[in-house]
Amino acid sequence: MASAAPLNPNRFWLYCVAAAVIFFLILPIAVVVPVSFSDSKYLQFPPEAYSTRWYESYWNSSDWLRATRVSLTVAFCTVLLTVPLGTAAAYAMTSVSPRAARFLQIVLLLPMIVPGMLVAIGIFYIYIRFKLVNSLIGIVVAHTVLALPFAVMTVQAALQSFDFRQEQAAMSLGATRFGAFFRVTLPQIKAAVISSGLFVFIISLDEVVISLFIAGGENTVLTRRMFVALRDAVDPTVAAISTLLIGTTLLLLVALAVTRRGQRG
Amino acid sequence: MSAYAMTAGKPGAGPAHRISRDTMRRGVLLAPALLLVIGLVVLPGLWLLALSFIEKGHFSFAHYERMLTYSSYYRILIATFRISLVVTLICIVLGFPVAYLMAQLPARLAVVLTVLVILPLWTSVLVRTYAWLVLLTDGGPINRLLLSSGLIQTPLKLLFNETGTVIGMVHVMLPFFILPVYSAVRSFDWSLMQAAASLGAPPRSAFWRVFVPLALPGVAAGSVLVLVQCLGFFVTPAVLGGGNVTMASMKIASNIQQYFDWGAASAFGVVLLLATLGLLLIAGRFVSLNRVLGPA
Repeated sequence: MASAAPLNPNRFWLYCVAAAVIFFLILPIAVVVPVSFSDSKYLQFPPEAYSTRWYESYWNSSDWLRATRVSLTVAFCTVLLTVPLGTAAAYAMTSVSPRAARFLQIVLLLPMIVPGMLVAIGIFYIYIRFKLVNSLIGIVVAHTVLALPFAVMTVQAALQSFDFRQEQAAMSLGATRFGAFFRVTLPQIKAAVISSGLFVFIISLDEVVISLFIAGGENTVLTRRMFVALRDAVDPTVAAISTLLIGTTLLLLVALAVTRRGQRG
Repeated sequence: MSAYAMTAGKPGAGPAHRISRDTMRRGVLLAPALLLVIGLVVLPGLWLLALSFIEKGHFSFAHYERMLTYSSYYRILIATFRISLVVTLICIVLGFPVAYLMAQLPARLAVVLTVLVILPLWTSVLVRTYAWLVLLTDGGPINRLLLSSGLIQTPLKLLFNETGTVIGMVHVMLPFFILPVYSAVRSFDWSLMQAAASLGAPPRSAFWRVFVPLALPGVAAGSVLVLVQCLGFFVTPAVLGGGNVTMASMKIASNIQQYFDWGAASAFGVVLLLATLGLLLIAGRFVSLNRVLGPA
């Protein structure tokens, strides 16, 4: 089939449809970047004149900067909390009975299966009672719950191809169980652990719905601030921030690709 | 598993209840993650379920009855399902050709396409929603293009209505459809098509009777994944709907933030959850849930 004549009219339509769909997928990203360099305060594409005034407006707004700082702090802390918890859970699940593993799997995937808004109001309900609304620790813990399934699944996938006899060999040579994990197992699943950290960072940085309820006041996160800006008054500062976010995500994805490659090599 | 066999029988582990040291160790490793999920998802979920059956301090089905009798309530449910179905259908129509093409391309080109499909997936939904605001306005690039081409005489209303919402949602959901379908068909044996041709099947019928049936599990997985996520959408309809579109999640949010009505919000949440779980159970009969839910 792949060797069939490429200019067959049916295939011509296939190429057109696929190209249009890919164009549709990339279009928004391609539009945000030029708009962020626009000189106009209206949403214009393509912009008539270019400037960096929206980046300056972002840089000079203590409001946006604080939201950025809170978001980055939350994302870092969420990674620090989620990766060890997810790795530990994934590791422990390799040595339980298949039935228990299936049950645990479903429980640990729940934050991903339950509709986001339901998770959000549930956490809000609990946080009102424990006075955790708008607290940094509260936001970090909520993001941890949300990101946990991704961390568990990423590490699980790596552990599937790990040969646990290596741990036994290390222990029979005198290593403790703890030592065997840190010196034999962990180095071999390192790439998956790092990439789970990058996943978790992006998930936390992008999280909107839970943050709408529990991340306000002093600790307003960037996404919540952006959501309000989009709903109420749109100005191209959001485009500048969007461009910075796209850049950050791209960097993280490159890092992800590099760790994945390192894992294979 | 072999580690389990080797150390489970060690003597002197759990003296009182014969809990082996390994069971303890596994418990300690699993406890923090499990406690977090149980404490912040399971227990509040059960509590909300209870609240949905309570009105003014008494057990009642009032919140559910209202969903069926108040037109403003059932309209929201109908709109939620209608929009979700439309988005899913569009994703199938647009996504299938892409997956079909990706499966036939040489590996290198397929990787490029995969990256182009994944890239939007990792771009914040807020960023993309913002971009659609720019693209879809009356004087925006899409309307100007259509006007100058003579296809339309007056600008189309593409924003702050269901059309804009559907466009934005399709953009968010397409990768979730393309990737599972692609992973189902990437290992397709193209010599089957030649076999069909050599047995006299015209290309069209070989496509429908050989390729499509083998791609169906992937299509089912992708469709359910899209449909389930659509039901819970919030950001896209809230911004691109501009107040003219209300989906279930938006009603839940406004019930809490404006009216502090936990019972009504919970009832909507329960309906949403049941629909989600029902669809996932149906999908689970066709493909493993891990594959439906797994990160791409």
